[in-house]
This record gives sequence, C-alpha cells and structure tokens, in this order.
Amino acid sequence: MSAFKDTTRWLMTARPQLAALALVLGLNMVIAPGFLELTWSDGRLYGSPINLLNRAAPVALLALGMSMVIATRGIDLSVGAVMAIAGAVAAVLVNSGAPWPVAVAAALGAGLACGLWNGVLVAVIGIQPIVATLILMVAGRGVAQLITDGRILTFNDPGLAAIGGGAWLGLPIPVWITLAAAMALIVLTRRTALGLFIEAIGVNPAASRLSGVNSRMVLICVYMVSGLMAALAGLIVAGDIRGADANNAGLWLELDAILAAVIGGASLYGGRLGLSLALLGVWTLQGLKLAILRSGLPAEYNLIVMALLIAVILALQSPAGGRAWRRLTPSRREIAP
Amino acid sequence: MIGLRAPTMVTIGLFVLMYAVFALQFPYMATPRVAGNLLTDSAYLGILAVGMTMVIVAGGIDLSVGAVMAFSSLLIAIAIGNWGLHPLAAFAVALTLGAGFGALVGAAIHYLEAPPFIVTLTAMFLARGAALVLSQDSVPVQHPLYAQMASWSVPLPGGGGLTLIAVIMIAAFVLGGLILHRTRFGSQVYAVGGDARAALLMGAPVGRVTILIYAFSGFMAALAGVVFSIYTGAGYALSGVGVELEAIAAVVIGGALLTGGSGGMIGSFFGVMIQGLILTYITFEGSLTSWWAKIVIGLMILLFLVLRAAGDSRWLNRLRALSSGARR
Repeated sequence: MSAFKDTTRWLMTARPQLAALALVLGLNMVIAPGFLELTWSDGRLYGSPINLLNRAAPVALLALGMSMVIATRGIDLSVGAVMAIAGAVAAVLVNSGAPWPVAVAAALGAGLACGLWNGVLVAVIGIQPIVATLILMVAGRGVAQLITDGRILTFNDPGLAAIGGGAWLGLPIPVWITLAAAMALIVLTRRTALGLFIEAIGVNPAASRLSGVNSRMVLICVYMVSGLMAALAGLIVAGDIRGADANNAGLWLELDAILAAVIGGASLYGGRLGLSLALLGVWTLQGLKLAILRSGLPAEYNLIVMALLIAVILALQSPAGGRAWRRLTPSRREIAP
Repeated sequence: MIGLRAPTMVTIGLFVLMYAVFALQFPYMATPRVAGNLLTDSAYLGILAVGMTMVIVAGGIDLSVGAVMAFSSLLIAIAIGNWGLHPLAAFAVALTLGAGFGALVGAAIHYLEAPPFIVTLTAMFLARGAALVLSQDSVPVQHPLYAQMASWSVPLPGGGGLTLIAVIMIAAFVLGGLILHRTRFGSQVYAVGGDARAALLMGAPVGRVTILIYAFSGFMAALAGVVFSIYTGAGYALSGVGVELEAIAAVVIGGALLTGGSGGMIGSFFGVMIQGLILTYITFEGSLTSWWAKIVIGLMILLFLVLRAAGDSRWLNRLRALSSGARR
C-alpha cells in the first residue's frame, strides 16, 4: 500500500510540472491533431511522442546530473564540454580499431574523470562551483579538439552508432538509457540516505558537516555523476550523427539542462532534489520547442518564447510571487515544500 | 585605492612576463604596431569586461552581455541602413536601450529575489531572440562617417596607431575605474558584493545599486555593440556567442572573486590583454590553433583561483591567530 501512497504524494508535489507538461502537449495537439498517434513498423514504434522522448534524451541525462549538483547549491557548466570530450574519446578509440564496448567504457571513464576534477576543485580546494566548472567549460572543448586533432571524426562502427540511433524492444535506445539512468539515480537517492545528504548540504553546508555528513565525499560523487551523465549524453549525440564534433557537440546544452531543472522546481539556492520533476521539465521544454516548430512560427521566436516562459516561472517561484499567490488564495494554507 | 592589490600585481606581472617571453621569440611582437593591434582587437571584449567587473564586484554575474552586444550592433546597422538614422542617433538609441534593458534585468533580480545567473540567462535568450527577429542575415553598414571612424587613429611612434575603438575601450576603463574606485557608489558596489545583508543594515541602497550595476553593464554591452559594428562594419545577430565567458574569464584572471566584494578595473584590463596576447602569440606562431587558447585560458583561471584560495586561507589563519582570545 505504501507504493500507492508514494504515487499519490508524488502526483501532489508534481502538480505544477504535470500541468505545464499537459498544457504543452495539449498545445501540440491543437497545432498538429495527430500528435499522439503511434505507428508500429520495422519492429519499433514511430510517432511524435517517441520522437520527443528520443530528441530530449541528451538534455534529460544532463538534467538528471544537473539537478543533483544544483541540490547541493552547486552548478555544473562543464557538461556540454564533457559531452564533446566523451564523444571524441569514443570516436578516436573506435577508429583505431578498439571494439565499441571498450570505446564506450573509456568515454564513460573520461566523463567520470572530468566529474572528479570538478568535484575536487569544488569540495577540496573550495572554489565556487560556477568558476570551478567554468574552467572545464572553457578548456574542455580545447581538450576535445586536441583528442580529435581539430577535425570532425566520423565513424562507421554499428555498435557505437546504435547508442544514438538504434532501437530495442520497440523504443529508441536513447529513451531506454534515459529511463535506466533515471531509475538508477532515483533508487540511489531515495532508497539510500544519499538524497538526504545531498539536500542537507544544499540547505546548510556547515550544519550538515557538523551533523556528520561527509560533505566532501558526497560533493565529489555528485559531480562525478554529473560527468557520467554528460558522457552518456555525449555518446548518444556522437552515435546519432556517427561522428564526434568537438566544436558543436552539446553546445549550450548546459543551459537547457539548468532550465529544465529549474522548471522542475529546483532552487538554485540548493536543498531541493527532484529527479523525476526535472525529467518532466525536460519534456516540457522539448514539447514547447516542438510546438513552436510545428506552429509555423519562425524559429527565431524560439528563444523569445522560452525566455518569456522562464520569466513567468521565475516570477511564480520568487518569494514575492509566492506572497502574491497566497494573498489571492487566502482560504488555502500552502505548505512550503 | 585604485584596485592595485596583490592579485592585480600578479596579473600585471604575468602580462609583462608573457609579453617579454613572446617578444624574445618574435621581436616584432614588441613593436607599437602589434601593441596597437592588440588594443584594437581586444576593444569590444574590454568594454564588456568593464561592465562585467562592476557586476562581479557586486557579487552578481551577467550572462546577457554577448547577446546585448549582438542586438545593438544589428540594431545600429538596421537603423542606419533601413531607417536612415544618423549613426550618432543610432548609437544613442542603442545605448539607451542597452542601459534600460540592463536596469530591467537588475530590477528583476532585486524584486523577484531570483539568482542573477538565471535572470541574465533569460535576458540572454530574450536579447538573442530579439536580434534574430530583427534580421537573420549580416547587415553591412554603409555611411561615410563609418569609414572615417574605422580609419581614424592616433599614430604611434614607430608605426601603427591607436584606433578610435581602442581609445573608446581605454576611456571605458577609465570611466569604470573612476566610478568603481573613486565614488561613493563604487564603495556601495563593494559593500553589496562583500555582504548584501550587512550592506543593507549599514544603510546602503541595495536595490538601487543592483539596478544601477546591471544598467551599467547593459550600457557597456551596447557600447561594445557600437564598437563591434565599427570594428566589423556590420551587424549580425549571432556575433559574440560565448563572449560573456571570455569577459568573465578576463575579470577572474584580473583577480576578482565571483563571490563578490573583490576585484578592480586595472586587473580586468590586464585580464583582457592577457587573452588578446595569447591569441596574438598563436597567430605569430602559425602552427598552433585557436583551441590552445581555450586550454591556456582555462589553466590560467585555475591558477588564479588556486592562488586566491591559498592567499585567503593564509589571511584567515592570521586573523584567527590574532583574535584567538576573543573567539570562544
């Protein structure tokens, strides 16, 4: 029965995010009436919803890692650059004759190493997360260029390409990777005390340290998870285009990931971890982009619509917005999350 | 206090050392012509760094400057080409819009109590989107005054010259330095950046300071757009993508802390010059590509952060030793 209770409680906390997602999906259905249609051919599902989940996979993975980092009152600007590094490592190895599982393992290892670097800068040396990860954001693309020798490295390995473009049991592999990563991280943070530690560090780093949380270790782990997620996203993007583009792979995706986490209700002041909510945020963002594309509105309005959306969310989330909301609805006692 | 503190001295020392080493390898780099080009090529980045320094000293960050720069350079090109405005009038419009937009950003940060990172990110999307709506093509500027402005320069002894945009950049640093280091407002910026709560309790107008610094940064971003349009002779919506990071890097290399309350205009100037110097060296060297610049700049940010962290902890330890009796 507790599973039922958990589900209802989740539905209650996720009300705003679910409403936003429903709104965006509704908008899509108005614009393209056949939006929810699914077709089955060649042993896999096709249709706009699948397409949406598939396209959103890289940002979804980044947003999972990013929410954990943001919950510790940090931020990881380097994820786009780490994507480029991971793609470059995998492409170079596959091209030099290594089997694809080795290339994938090496790319994930590179992501973990990047996360370790960020984590050590933040947790051991004590640099603020924005600058600490800015270093890898700026230098990381240079490193990726160094690995690919400044060229766009293409490859033909079917195993590596399948990570971005393949399908399994009817669904695209990027969707499976997203779901698997989300499940693993949710179990890791909600079935162990790790999630509590992460939020404790975000709420009050000093107090959590005094009450015995090994904040240094937890922070390093969180940045390593973010690096790992970025490496997975980098593999998907590289597999999708069958090549590693050190300049453009994952460019500005860190901003999308941060936005998705914020739409999912994360506070940049830390202390709030909601992985499933961040996923809803990612899909809302992707659905909105799709709606703008489908509506025939010129693509250059994309950025303006997104900016206005964020402005509204910021206003609603702000303390001033909250006070105004409570004044409008005096009968309801809002419990602060 | 004009911002000459230990971290600033390290930045200046590093610049001089790098220049000396490069000049030993390529003696031509030491000529006034190369020095003049260094200033000209760094002009728009320098002007952005002036605004960014003000914001970072106040404990904020402004990610919108690159987009505002692109927007104003494009607006100027369209205002001159399509609307028939005189360039000076177009400049006035762009600068007013930039400052107004910045003030709006500052007001959002203050009244919504939202993190500057997210608000200025939104502003970046808005400005970039507005620029794309104006035009998706590169719009060239054709006006006799533009040709004059682009070719005007103060000749330097030994060849080369100080171009108009280099002069504007230096003037922007002087203006920024005077405001930050010589006025009551400048002291309030340091106070807000050091500890906004304490500044509020001491009676500093935190809201006004927040709005004004972002207005200042928006003004400087628009001025960078003016300079960029003179420099390239065109306006383009996608110019300056990522330049906000270079400006932040320059300020950090110049010895500022992103937590606020620390940093100065002279340091930021040399932070910009160091980045320009690395790019100049790469051009001279010939076999290196520009991605080496990224790696070197990243390492340089790290160097400064570690130096500051080491310096701060030593300072803290000394403080602790002095007040060991007073503490618990």
